[in-house]
Amino acid sequence: MELLIFYPIAALAVVLALFVVFNKSPIGSAVSLIGLMLCLAGVFIGLSAHFVAILQVIIYAGAIMVLFMFVIMLLNLKDDDNVIWKSREGNTLLTVLTGFLVLGILYKIISITLSADSSKPAKIMESFGTTAEVGKSLFTTYVLPFEVASILLLVAMVGALVLAKTKID
Amino acid sequence: MRNDPNMSEYFFIAVFAVVALVVVAGILILSAVLGPKNPSPQKTVPYECGIIPTEEAKGRYPVRFATIAMLFIIFDIEVVFMYPWAVALDQLGFFGLIEMFLFIFILGIAYVYIWGRGGLEWD
Repeated sequence: MELLIFYPIAALAVVLALFVVFNKSPIGSAVSLIGLMLCLAGVFIGLSAHFVAILQVIIYAGAIMVLFMFVIMLLNLKDDDNVIWKSREGNTLLTVLTGFLVLGILYKIISITLSADSSKPAKIMESFGTTAEVGKSLFTTYVLPFEVASILLLVAMVGALVLAKTKID
Repeated sequence: MRNDPNMSEYFFIAVFAVVALVVVAGILILSAVLGPKNPSPQKTVPYECGIIPTEEAKGRYPVRFATIAMLFIIFDIEVVFMYPWAVALDQLGFFGLIEMFLFIFILGIAYVYIWGRGGLEWD
């Protein structure tokens, strides 16, 4: 049953990821990326990570993609400008090197996953991954990181305004 | 997937997603198959009457839009913290209330700063 749900979502995610890479129009890529985020939210739900799935929708599909859209519109890529991405000297070496690095990371992850003993899964409580459980541990055990996060957001807000509104004073 | 009691509530979301996909795809396919198509140069113009467009619709956008978007993202992240807090509030008690007041106070400083510097004004 769970594979019956997982495989269509995973297949759709892969197809949408290919759309992101191969789409000619940047906006089309961004819209495919939104679909990909929603598919990933479905995968998280399959893993009982309810709160992470909600974050995936609210933060990634909602907020981060808005910023992507604005960057696309501010850069204002015309169709002729796509040529610069193709013929950049010296990029081939970097691309191949990055590919090998990612391959190494994937090899490590897969070898660890395969060597794990899946016959004895770790015991987790019934309410694992629910929003209430995340809230309980975030506001008791991890309360200091939570309050520090508010200062991080304060710095980000002031920084965004200072960078964007240099002419106001 | 474990035998999770929370999982059955996603059934309605799944039904909703399938219905939405079917309706959208159905309308697009039906209008493409059934709709009459007699294109002419007059019909493909964006506006039927008025000024004839001389350039592409792609133009540069003022940076104010991006500023508003950045502030939106940060306030969005702030609200996301309130979501687990609101769900778990009955177990957290008074201490949880104090924590959230401190959180909102620190972000309130940023809000007052943005307001004072005119970050929310459109000029």
